[in-house]
Amino acid sequence: MPWARRRIPLAWLLLVRQPVRLAIALAGIGFAGILMFMQLGFRDGLFDASVVIHRLFDADLVLVSPRTMSSISMAPFPEGRLVQSLADPEVAAMTPVQWEFVLWRNPETRRTRSILALGFDPEDPLLSDPSVQRQAPLLRLPGRVLFDERSRPEFGPVAAWFRAGRSVQSEVSGQRLRVAGLVALGPSFGADGNMLVSRETFRTIAPPGSRGGIQLGLLRLRQGADPARVQQRLDDQLPSDVKVYTKEQFIEFEKTYWRTSTAIGFIFTLGAAMGFVVGCVIVYQILYGDVSDHLPEYATLMAMGYGLADLLGVVAREGLLLALLGYIPAYAVAQGLYALIRDSTRLPVLMDPQRAGLVFLLILSMCLFSALLAMRRLADADPADIF
Amino acid sequence: MADHRSAHSVIVARGLCHAYGRGSTRRQVLQSIEFTVASGEIVLLTGPSGCGKTTLLTLIGALRSVQQGELEVLGVPLQSADRERRRRVRRRIGMIFQGHNLLRCLTAEQNVQMGADLLPGLAYRQRRAIARQWLQAVGLGEHLRQFPHDLSGGQKQRVAIARALAARPRLLLADEPTAALDGRTGREVVELLRQLAREQGCGVLMVTHDPRILDVADRLVTMEDGRLLAGTLRQSER
Repeated sequence: MPWARRRIPLAWLLLVRQPVRLAIALAGIGFAGILMFMQLGFRDGLFDASVVIHRLFDADLVLVSPRTMSSISMAPFPEGRLVQSLADPEVAAMTPVQWEFVLWRNPETRRTRSILALGFDPEDPLLSDPSVQRQAPLLRLPGRVLFDERSRPEFGPVAAWFRAGRSVQSEVSGQRLRVAGLVALGPSFGADGNMLVSRETFRTIAPPGSRGGIQLGLLRLRQGADPARVQQRLDDQLPSDVKVYTKEQFIEFEKTYWRTSTAIGFIFTLGAAMGFVVGCVIVYQILYGDVSDHLPEYATLMAMGYGLADLLGVVAREGLLLALLGYIPAYAVAQGLYALIRDSTRLPVLMDPQRAGLVFLLILSMCLFSALLAMRRLADADPADIF
Repeated sequence: MADHRSAHSVIVARGLCHAYGRGSTRRQVLQSIEFTVASGEIVLLTGPSGCGKTTLLTLIGALRSVQQGELEVLGVPLQSADRERRRRVRRRIGMIFQGHNLLRCLTAEQNVQMGADLLPGLAYRQRRAIARQWLQAVGLGEHLRQFPHDLSGGQKQRVAIARALAARPRLLLADEPTAALDGRTGREVVELLRQLAREQGCGVLMVTHDPRILDVADRLVTMEDGRLLAGTLRQSER
């Protein structure tokens, strides 16, 4: 008998027959959901943005100085360490990379701003990004740069001018630079913009203190090699003036810096928590009011022989329905706002399934927790009082 | 546990006492009630307000726990019955309230089905069919989809009767079902109640002040100051 357990959908009817209350509840839940989506989106977007370039590096292992704390304080180490690691039978190739912040002059306003410059040999693979690989040979000419078109607009209308066929020139450390092509990387916490240059060009623009050594060494391993094992081996063999990370560790290292050394994670998590609390209060108010208004009716149901468990089930189902109905608009609005954020801040804020699921679980627990609190009101439903 | 008498009785009370409050504020509302209602019998309970009628009704309706004395309803001893046992007894008792106590967010049909939903082992469609039958039986077959606030007082009370009967009770308890109705409507509602209860072989205990409906009873019981008055009269069979 498939329908033996089907009952009148009382929770649903209680909600939809009071459209104003339902609308307020959904607005509240939606607001809380959007707040959580935004805060968590910003947090993850900021953390992801800090490793956009890290992810793109064409490397299995990465060498950095042990004094390096993050991408905004890359310390140099002797390039010889990278050459030494080539002796390992499982290391196939290397790319020495120089990494410095330099002042870029906006070609329109002539104002300067700090930009991240990566210096590499155009013959070596740097980023696993086809447009970078295609355009790298352009850097063989001195004084040429590949400019990150996602850099913040303060660097000038470089991409627009370049696309329009104009010759875009800027000045860094007194050297005239010419944009040879555009790449799409994206700004991060540390860097408002990025540019790629050859090592020769880099030498002319880098601050005097950093001209010795390299800041980053990329290693590519032979097919089938286990990065963790090679990392272990290199770490043992190389002196302590260099540190070996797998690419994943390098990404985590950078993210951990921003997570632990700044208040960003805390701030945005706190923002999301406030959304959660606000949502709880709203849903509790709505459900408590609903139970209070219908107390005589609940008492009548108990007098008819419905148990307390049946009535608790009604309130719980109301909470569940509110969660489902409130999540949908929150999700839709968050999608739109994410697109807006991507456009205006160029942060990689995307609706990933993990966050979508997390926010749903938060909304669900918010509604069920509030329902649980509102259920205490049901204890006042005394069927003996209704005669 | 059931003696000869209770086998045919839906209510048996022996020495039933009840008091509210404690200590100096303690107030005795029921005193040594001896009372039976036979299966299929229609009994009216009258008396001045505050005499304990409603308390007696809530005790019989298994809505309150018994303090002192014995009370057996539908063969179940209610003294020392826990919450769950009292709930199971309530499932077999139909209740009609002074205010109709319909669920505002449900249509007439859905309200009645809340009663039918208590029947075990029936499919949703069957329970809905039962709800419709009962609404037709109380003359509201045309008002299935209407909400309580669109119905008149008499119609609401008839929906409440249909809801109470839809759970196939063996006993109906009614607390001044005509209080909110005008004389003619009240009369119609009570007539309907009597007729349907008769057809179901369902015992009825009705508390009322309304002198116009006393004649529907098989038996009239008067209560005063927590006691049932001796010499309650049996109505002649009409």
